Amino acid sequence: MNFATSPVLELTLPVWRSRLLALVIFSGFAVLVGRAVYLQGLHNDFLRAKGESRYGRVIEISANRGRITDRHGEMLAVSTPVKSIWAIPDEVKLEPPQLARLAALLEMPPQEIRTRIEETGRDFVFIKRQIPPEVADRVAELRIPGLFQNREYRRYYPGGEVMAHVLGFTGAEDVGQEGVELAFQDHLKGKPGSRRVIRDRLGQIVEDVESIRAAQEGKDLSLALDARIQSLAFSQLKAAVDQHRAKAGGIVVLDINTGEVLALANLPTYNPNNRARLSGAQLRNRAVTDTFEPGSTLKPFTIATALESGRVTPQTLIQTAPGSLTIGSATIRDAHAEGMLTVEQIIQKSSNVGAAKIALSLPAESMWNMFQSVGFGAVPRLGFPGEANGRVRPYKSWRPIEQATMAYGHGISVSLLQLAHAYSVFARDGEMVPLSLTRVDAPRTPQAVISAETARRVRHMLELAVQSGGTAPRAQIMGYRVAGKTGTAHKQENGTYATHKYVSSFVGFAPVSSPRLVIAVMLDEPTNGQYYGGAVAAPVFARVMEGALRLTGVPPDAPMKPIELPAEGQEVKESI
Amino acid sequence: MVRLNLLLLALLTACALGLVTSQHKARKLFVELEQEQERARSLEIEYGQLQLEAGTWAMHTRVERIATRALHMHTPEAKRIQVVPRRAQAQGAAQ
Repeated sequence: MNFATSPVLELTLPVWRSRLLALVIFSGFAVLVGRAVYLQGLHNDFLRAKGESRYGRVIEISANRGRITDRHGEMLAVSTPVKSIWAIPDEVKLEPPQLARLAALLEMPPQEIRTRIEETGRDFVFIKRQIPPEVADRVAELRIPGLFQNREYRRYYPGGEVMAHVLGFTGAEDVGQEGVELAFQDHLKGKPGSRRVIRDRLGQIVEDVESIRAAQEGKDLSLALDARIQSLAFSQLKAAVDQHRAKAGGIVVLDINTGEVLALANLPTYNPNNRARLSGAQLRNRAVTDTFEPGSTLKPFTIATALESGRVTPQTLIQTAPGSLTIGSATIRDAHAEGMLTVEQIIQKSSNVGAAKIALSLPAESMWNMFQSVGFGAVPRLGFPGEANGRVRPYKSWRPIEQATMAYGHGISVSLLQLAHAYSVFARDGEMVPLSLTRVDAPRTPQAVISAETARRVRHMLELAVQSGGTAPRAQIMGYRVAGKTGTAHKQENGTYATHKYVSSFVGFAPVSSPRLVIAVMLDEPTNGQYYGGAVAAPVFARVMEGALRLTGVPPDAPMKPIELPAEGQEVKESI
Repeated sequence: MVRLNLLLLALLTACALGLVTSQHKARKLFVELEQEQERARSLEIEYGQLQLEAGTWAMHTRVERIATRALHMHTPEAKRIQVVPRRAQAQGAAQ
């Protein structure tokens, strides 16, 4: 058989068919090659990213907020991780027994959880924030679908209400909202970082790919505050506020040499660890943000102005009889008509008439300059939020009666912090150093305000004021020489002075031979009968000063003998 | 020629396997490192919490309360305080 001539093979196909086939096959290849080029070359980045997202993860690196310590390193504020429970309402399946257990764990009424999940109509809802990690673990064990947790930080304050106003607090996002927490937010805050890693099937991190942002831990802050003096000041202030049924109170302790704030407390206060039901009155950092008419505590500045001008010496006699002075339609009164008093005695007995007469002999500008240079009317620039600058009107608008009342601290308003700072002028031979909330290690350059001679003279007068012939014998401390001045002022209400509402204050320093500490105490509206600064505020000063001097290791500069107090009814009453 | 190729192939396979094992080992070690770092973090947190606890126990108000109530301590009266002058201390140091 001859296959070569098989009729089947005779069948000749047209050439175009094989060509078409070849074309189809090769175009198929061309498509594949094109696709390969597209995937490998042009579309590579997208695919690479997709691939990476299958195993790569970006994880957050949390950063702690810095700790706040006192000057000796005692912890005052520490951040520690807590959990927040949140839910996606559409996915939540909550059986009644589960709800009951969840409610018990979170210490919330079951009804509240239910309303939160069902009635908000949002995609994301917090059930409860800032719960302890142990509780969160037990919530996780309930395995409720649609319920999630995430990590947050919560700030704890071991000092509680004692330090509340100085430290302030942070909000839910660990951001400072009050006090030092707000003032030093940038210093304290940590910057969370993130990094890209490769995770395996078990969720373990097997490789570090890159660091996207390095985490930055918040820096610790060492305050000037001394926790021991602070708690002493707080407890003594609290005892006095309770005893005299005062509406509020404040105390400031300053180190004269460095300008450091060693203690600062206010009442009423609050517990920063539990801030449910806070009122505005509790939150107010009165010593810094509130101003008051200081009353007689301002007299030393008037006297210092007069001494500086050379118009008077401490022994110059001033006629204060008959114990009242009428200027225009207003009359200034003394508690007792004293007759002729030396300038020294005007401070010692706190005579309004005497101070007013001296003030009227001075140019208004020089008094205004004195108030300005000791810091009245200017923000103390301590860094606290809402620091008050007080009110000192420009001297050009002063009328004689105003100048006279300002001499004894009316018609002018200052904060307790300003008052304490201003007194450091007398304690430091006429110099002042700027205030500081943080610990000061290097000495700071003082600024001269008055001459050392004037400062020493006023210091002597202030020492007389706390001795038995003065208005504040209760400010004395055994073993130390103390100097200071009482203040009792009528409170202003709706533009007029309220008859039976007083602000009692005392500002002083010790030891007089080489002053170290200034303490200013203020009680607002004492209503338990006594309201003189010498009876209400001075004892607080004495107890706090005594403890603070002992705690700072200041050697006594006076013999250890019992304090002399004037007999009952013999006390020198201050003029208001 | 064929033998050389086979030898090279065997060498290549061995190298490839070596790479795989060392990669695996590296990852295992890295997992361990991660775990240790995690532990360090949690210890750091615990340290913070303990500091907090120590701070709470050492609060002055609490110490004072215990000193006065439970231990019946009080600050000595003025009569019983004797102040030692600083001079004696300086002399003591000089000797």
